[in-house]
Amino acid sequence: MSKEFDREQILRTSGVNPRKCMRCGKCSATCPSYDEMEYHPHQFVYMVEKGQLDELMASKSIYKCLSCFACVERCPRGVEPARLVEAVRLQVVRQQGNNHLKANDIPALLDDDLPQQAIVTALRKYSK
Amino acid sequence: MQRIGVFVCWCGSNIAATVDVAAVSDTLKNEPGVVFSTNYQYMCSESGQNILKDAIRDYQLTGVVICSCSPRMHEATFRKAAAAAGLNPYMVEIANIREQCSWIHKDKAAGTEKAIILGRAAIAKVHLNAPLTAGESPVTKRALVIGGGIAGIQTALDIAEAGFEVDIVEKQPTIGGKMTQLDKTFPTLDCAACILTPKMVDCAQNENISIYAYSEVEEVKGFVGNFHVKIRKKARYVDTTKCTGCGLCTEKCPVKKVSNEFNLGLDNRRAVYIPFAQAVPKVATIDADHCNMLKSGKCGLCAKVCTAGAIDYKQKDEIIDREYGAIVVATGYQPIALDKYDEFAYSQSKDVVTSLEFERLTNAAGPTGGTLLRPSDGTHPHTLVFVQCVGSRCEDDGRGKSYCSKICCMYTAKHAMLVREKYPDTEVYVFYIDVRTPGKNFDEFYRRAVEEYGVHYIKGMVGKVAPRADGKLMVQACDLLANEQLHIEADMVILAAAIEPDPSARHLATMLTASMDTNDFFTEAHPKLRPVESPTAGIFLSGVCQGPKDIPETVSQASAAAAKAIGLLAKNKLTCNPCVAHSDEWMCNGCSACEKVCPYGAITYMDKEFRMPDRTTAIRRVASVNPAVCQGCGACTVACPSGAMDLDGFSNSQIMAEVDAICKMK
Repeated sequence: MSKEFDREQILRTSGVNPRKCMRCGKCSATCPSYDEMEYHPHQFVYMVEKGQLDELMASKSIYKCLSCFACVERCPRGVEPARLVEAVRLQVVRQQGNNHLKANDIPALLDDDLPQQAIVTALRKYSK
Repeated sequence: MQRIGVFVCWCGSNIAATVDVAAVSDTLKNEPGVVFSTNYQYMCSESGQNILKDAIRDYQLTGVVICSCSPRMHEATFRKAAAAAGLNPYMVEIANIREQCSWIHKDKAAGTEKAIILGRAAIAKVHLNAPLTAGESPVTKRALVIGGGIAGIQTALDIAEAGFEVDIVEKQPTIGGKMTQLDKTFPTLDCAACILTPKMVDCAQNENISIYAYSEVEEVKGFVGNFHVKIRKKARYVDTTKCTGCGLCTEKCPVKKVSNEFNLGLDNRRAVYIPFAQAVPKVATIDADHCNMLKSGKCGLCAKVCTAGAIDYKQKDEIIDREYGAIVVATGYQPIALDKYDEFAYSQSKDVVTSLEFERLTNAAGPTGGTLLRPSDGTHPHTLVFVQCVGSRCEDDGRGKSYCSKICCMYTAKHAMLVREKYPDTEVYVFYIDVRTPGKNFDEFYRRAVEEYGVHYIKGMVGKVAPRADGKLMVQACDLLANEQLHIEADMVILAAAIEPDPSARHLATMLTASMDTNDFFTEAHPKLRPVESPTAGIFLSGVCQGPKDIPETVSQASAAAAKAIGLLAKNKLTCNPCVAHSDEWMCNGCSACEKVCPYGAITYMDKEFRMPDRTTAIRRVASVNPAVCQGCGACTVACPSGAMDLDGFSNSQIMAEVDAICKMK
């Protein structure tokens, strides 16, 4: 699929208008997963705007977002970067054979402390 | 039948390049009533005007149509020329074939056709024009300035200087406004009090200026040149004519724990107080909400110690009626409330302060005597983090403002610089989105903070501030240029809160029928060419009530507003616009629809006696327009369900004739 199609799809599923961003970086300032990510929330916004999707879609950063929505809550311009991260991730996992988490992988990840809801959420987030 | 002359202007090539001007003047010559038609290169030039004047005389014209630029540009020019030739100026109509035709068309044939149609419409209107005479109204030679901050003070001083009386109404016990709370002023770092208090004293001593402090405007009636204003002088419970401002009462008052608003609640005052030492007028005020005597009748200590006998517990609010020719609004601003910004922990930690609070903490007359101390424990702070744009430039999210507050970049640079100068052992960080420093010597000032004082300017926003149990503030931020997240252990965090218009402004705007924008800033009559006038005649704007601005800009605008007010007060009579609405009393059904839509408060209703056709008399409720207040906007003519309201010069029949002429098939 073309890059332009990916970009349009991401903008549509996220409902985000990256042009609203004024480059203040509050999303990255507030992000608890910042150090885990190769590309940070503010970079998602302008990389999608510029169409640098190959890098984003290949990056592990899309699985590091906790979906805590702190960036959505605090963005002064209402850009909602977390929705964009989620849309990029969806664009990846929706492609054939791109499930990030398969049902068969789950037993190995389980331990006593893991809430069941987390497993369900993870499966929803990382698979088709 | 009118004898109409048509004059088609080329406007150089502005019109002639897209419109065949000769074809327009030739075609319009055949319209009914047209006895003369010509075209000329520049109708507005002296020779162009002479063509107009000569034709009026030679052809005994009773009506004139000029096909030229917008009436906003040259209607007055052509009306004046027509009047000079003996024609009533309101018999001149402009067909706008430049802005509404030649400038927006490329095809000459289409442009020419449209120009002819616009000319026809104007001719159809002139047929129904009637000569109008402008009335006159007198001017009360006194100005009212609402708000006694630096804007109001400067405006009042300038108007008084020109020899007119001015009253300043200030709701606080003293004039001076926000500037009295500031420490130093950018970019020259002179002390705010040193440059402001002499002006406050000038106001008090100027015999043309009366200060109504601790007072509010209660009601505004009337119109340009003739405003009737009720001012409520709130009870101070102190006779201002007797009080010497010695301050003995403020030392003896037993109620000691009243939050001191002058220091933004950073310390306490007594129930009887003088806001600060240089207050004007320097008289005490009793805070009725906290005074024991006023609440329970048990105390009276201040009255006992007052040697001047100025305390008067029975004082009541006083209403003063005054008349004014001009009103200047200078209601100023306040910082926004930060209680919705949980991420910056403003409500959780005393060491997170606004920039205005920081001014008090560094001010020699402030609660710490000018030594910078942490509000929580009184220790010396080592790491200070300044956060810019708190609540500014936000999308409409219910927390902040969409606009840039304009002053924060400069005062933050000032704070950062002064801290580094006074306390070289500190580390100072400024988190910014953009540094905006347009202004004389402004950018140089900001660069000095960076280059000479070593302030760490970091491009990026602070994400959150978390107070730790040991009193430190954990600041999590992003350095966008280094692309890294920062964690700073800070002792104090200073938030550059957005500024918003004073909350009293909206109610005041309603009383003045002055328009406001969505942010409650007063709107100017023209954003570029009439920046200090409200669209409502006789109302002028001074300072931040019109939009965010710093002290130099406020003072410039204050003087500009004064100049405009003086221009009005200098006139003995005002020429009214004769294109005003009038009501046909026989058609009016008294429904009040026009009164509700009138933005200028020009329409009132009265009960009037009428002789009916059957020779009885009847009392009917009918609308009446005050022609001196009416601005001729025409809203009432549209709202009127019975067609009783009509606008002179733009009557319903004239407008319909224009529409018919445009719609008529060739």
